[in-house]
Amino acid sequence: MQASISLSAASHSSIVRSDRTVEFISNIKPVNLRFCGLRREALGSYALKRPGSRLVSLLGRRSLTEVSASLSSNGVSSKGFDYDLVIIGAGVGGHGAALHAVEKGMKTAIIEGDVVGGTCVNRGCVPSKALLAVSGRMREFQNEQHLKALGLQVSSAGYDRQGVANHANDLASKIRNNLTNSMKAIGVDILTGVGTVLGPQKVKYGKVGFSDNVITAKNIIIATGSVPFVPKGIEVDGKTVITSDHALKLESVPDWIAIVGSGYIGLEFSDVYTALGSEVTFIEALDQLMPGFDPEIGKLAQRVLINPRKIDYHTGVFASKITPAKDGKPVTIELIDAKTKEPKPTLEVDAALIATGRAPFTKGLGLENINVETQRGFIPVDERMRVIDKNGNLVPHVYCIGDANGKMMLAHAASAQGISVIEQVSGKDHVLNHLSIPAACFTHPEISMVGLTEPQAREKGEQEGFEVSVAKTSFKANTKALAENEGEGLAKMIYRPDTGEILGVHIFGLHAADLIHEASNAIALGTCIQDIKFAVHAHPTLSEVLDELFKSAKVCGVTSPVKEPVAV
Amino acid sequence: MASSLLSKPTPNSKTISFSSSLATPLPWPTKGSASIKFHIRPRRRNPSVQAKIREIFMPALSSTMTEGKIVSWIKSEGDVLSKGESVVVVESDKADMDVETFYDGILAAIVVGEGETAPVGAPIGLLAETEEEIAEAKAKAASSSNTAPSTPPPAPSSPSPAPVPAAATVSSPTPAKVASLPVSDGPRKIVATPFAKKLAKQHKIDIESIFGTGSFGRITPVDVEAAAGITPKSSTSNVVSANVASPAASAPPKAASAATPPPSIPGSTVVPFTTMQAAVSKNMLESLSVPTFRVGYPVSTDALDSLYEKVKPKGVTMTALLAKAAAMALAQHPVVNASCKDGKSFTFNSNINIAVAVAINGGLITPVLQDADKLDLYLLSEKWKELVDKARAKQLQPHEYNSGTFTLSNLGMFGVDRFDAILPPGQGAIMAVGASKPTVVADGDGFFSVKSKMLVNVTADHRIVYGADLAAFLKTFANIVENPESLTL
Repeated sequence: MQASISLSAASHSSIVRSDRTVEFISNIKPVNLRFCGLRREALGSYALKRPGSRLVSLLGRRSLTEVSASLSSNGVSSKGFDYDLVIIGAGVGGHGAALHAVEKGMKTAIIEGDVVGGTCVNRGCVPSKALLAVSGRMREFQNEQHLKALGLQVSSAGYDRQGVANHANDLASKIRNNLTNSMKAIGVDILTGVGTVLGPQKVKYGKVGFSDNVITAKNIIIATGSVPFVPKGIEVDGKTVITSDHALKLESVPDWIAIVGSGYIGLEFSDVYTALGSEVTFIEALDQLMPGFDPEIGKLAQRVLINPRKIDYHTGVFASKITPAKDGKPVTIELIDAKTKEPKPTLEVDAALIATGRAPFTKGLGLENINVETQRGFIPVDERMRVIDKNGNLVPHVYCIGDANGKMMLAHAASAQGISVIEQVSGKDHVLNHLSIPAACFTHPEISMVGLTEPQAREKGEQEGFEVSVAKTSFKANTKALAENEGEGLAKMIYRPDTGEILGVHIFGLHAADLIHEASNAIALGTCIQDIKFAVHAHPTLSEVLDELFKSAKVCGVTSPVKEPVAV
Repeated sequence: MASSLLSKPTPNSKTISFSSSLATPLPWPTKGSASIKFHIRPRRRNPSVQAKIREIFMPALSSTMTEGKIVSWIKSEGDVLSKGESVVVVESDKADMDVETFYDGILAAIVVGEGETAPVGAPIGLLAETEEEIAEAKAKAASSSNTAPSTPPPAPSSPSPAPVPAAATVSSPTPAKVASLPVSDGPRKIVATPFAKKLAKQHKIDIESIFGTGSFGRITPVDVEAAAGITPKSSTSNVVSANVASPAASAPPKAASAATPPPSIPGSTVVPFTTMQAAVSKNMLESLSVPTFRVGYPVSTDALDSLYEKVKPKGVTMTALLAKAAAMALAQHPVVNASCKDGKSFTFNSNINIAVAVAINGGLITPVLQDADKLDLYLLSEKWKELVDKARAKQLQPHEYNSGTFTLSNLGMFGVDRFDAILPPGQGAIMAVGASKPTVVADGDGFFSVKSKMLVNVTADHRIVYGADLAAFLKTFANIVENPESLTL
């Protein structure tokens, strides 16, 4: 019974949402992700692939008492509450949740303490894409060999720093307005001020110096996001020692900049700075650059993105002290060995960008009022984003999504988590499969990935007793890539040869970030290789890289050494 | 760079064999085209005894590869190898590839270690046939690593490999023999930018021997390039962009005292040569082995000056005019465009490539106007502008500065009325152009008049160019300059 309800609701809502996407054009479209959680786990649940079967696991998990909320008419809150839902934080996660909540008929308010759009739109993904768009073009114009091979002549490429900075800033404000309008248009109340949880269903908000307003809500979502993490000993002055917040304003292009941390953020900025003429020194605490990536992809990326560029690096070292430039002295960076703590030679550079990750922004949230203690600043949650208190019990009606819970610090992951929460509070159980969430690094060329890396998959295979295979294709064999003279690239798929399940896909190459979704959707929907390999791809397109990847996989089918898929 | 040309995609053949016997110090065949990456040079020279020790060379894994990095040695020293086995993983500009051996043997010595880079064609390891030869191979490896990998990456497609004064020193094997730098101020802290370090490694320059001119005394890429003598500094672009050929021809005055140095005067500071300056010094010394002589000739320039005024608005430069005039004269006197390579023969060059000496901030580079006789003035001027721009952007390709067959040097803009240039090794002649000055002349009828005259002075290799040749060439040149209409044709 419930099964049929949930199916029809899903298809209905997707129609509504497709209308709405006309109104706001954001780079984050959580539409696909709604389905993710219908499967509890991507791994080991091949048997749940068919639409009918997955519902078995959903039955009886959740009482129907909360369904009443979704039955109340649009815009009118349920009895006794000011709102059905209050979201603290108007970043991409809060925005995604708000839109979905209204769609589900909830009276929704969103509290924003800073600016609508949060980190992603104002100080993160969005403005950095503007800078990377510039750096990509600069690279093309500067690559004489490449131009020559295409028969092009470009006399000389130059740029105007302020113009580039303006482009980034304009983009951010445009997207911010889009986001604000999209929420206003459907009647989400945007409340300004710092939101604090007073109790399980009570929130106060207000600007500093003004009296606070107290509102009640049936459910509360905390989506306060994160701020750049600055390790101890580093003095950020915003001019010569900066974080991504400052760097995105592009107030200067230093001759030589040290980037502390070689993750996504550091890597993208190295792409921007080297294209604009800076030299870059990476400082990485781990033994290897790009520690989060699949090792093979990381190696290739290093060969293309690091080695031929004006970049050097120090790995296995901590920046123990960074002093901004002053009194005619350069920025000094004191290094110590990450393991032995022995001091290493001090670096002197023109600027330092701190890209050591991000810290959750959870201070002043009033978590003590609901007996919740953060862990390294993160709010503990269960797999359904329900907040867990000190004693390990769930706090009713309080959820936390996005960077603040630290599960997966990506804008679109926050949004997907928000939608998952809305699905739950409107009566349908939903668990987001984080392994189906793609990630991308927008260097030139791009890097993208979804699911497990090869070592992770092998470890899992060893533990759970299944075989792991790897298929690879090169961009060199792709017509479109060759037409663009951009044959450098690799796509790699990690899969189970017994079931044909895709465990992970990693792409390094032209437009990798756009190519990954075929794989992430396959993982989310549980599509297996033996099925997807019959899907047709237009020729000649870059998508054929994935087509070839699927086709090159060898699935042995029924006669698998592992008899039963392990249900987790 | 990253996404560069994939002219030779070798996606499927990931394994490439490469091995060769130890013969002459790798006269690497002109690279390019050949997609067969291995060359086997069985030792025939001395068939009598001699152990069979073969070199494993750095293979050319792609058409654009000039050097490769050893990712890892699959085999270690002392391992027995059989034909077809992978020995080493090499990283090219494109990919990692396994390199396999074509011979059975024992990996006797690893010459280039993991993580190190070697130019294409350089030996990276030695393969011994028997165990007895291992020691010998090791000794060989030791000695070869002492003399530094002396293989210059072959100059890509330069039609006539005629080096010019200081320029063609891409691989100048002068790794600071003066290790004990007498730099005074105690332990100097070396700060070099990432790209500077990369360049220094590429050009095998000891970074410690370079003097940093960047902010905070940093060694910048420009400093390294200056030391390597590959491209001019870009910072002083206004000098280069001057329309007339920029100053300086002969080497900066340097005490070429080969004998024991005189005792230094107290209070003097000793600044060691940069690699580029060392290369200049070496080239200048080399020129002493060539018997040169000089012939001067006054040329009246009134007609040329008025032509210059006319064509200047169209972007024609004096450099282009002089180069064109010289090229046209050379076309009629091919011997002056020839060179003497071995002391036994003339080498007549099929192209007339005029190198023009340009001094940039202590450096010296000679961008080459190729086929200067065939291009018209406007194209030539354009080309010159392009070369200067490239020089400024440090993008001159080797063939754009080392393919000259005749050099032009002009110090006229400084008021120098005559000077004497040193002949660059590999060329037959160099022309030194002085300033054009109003001079009182008397004609045959006894009438006095004032004409602009400039003195040109040509230094030539007397082994191939004789006095009459040079005189005839200069007469033709003067004729062209004095009746410059033909220049515009």
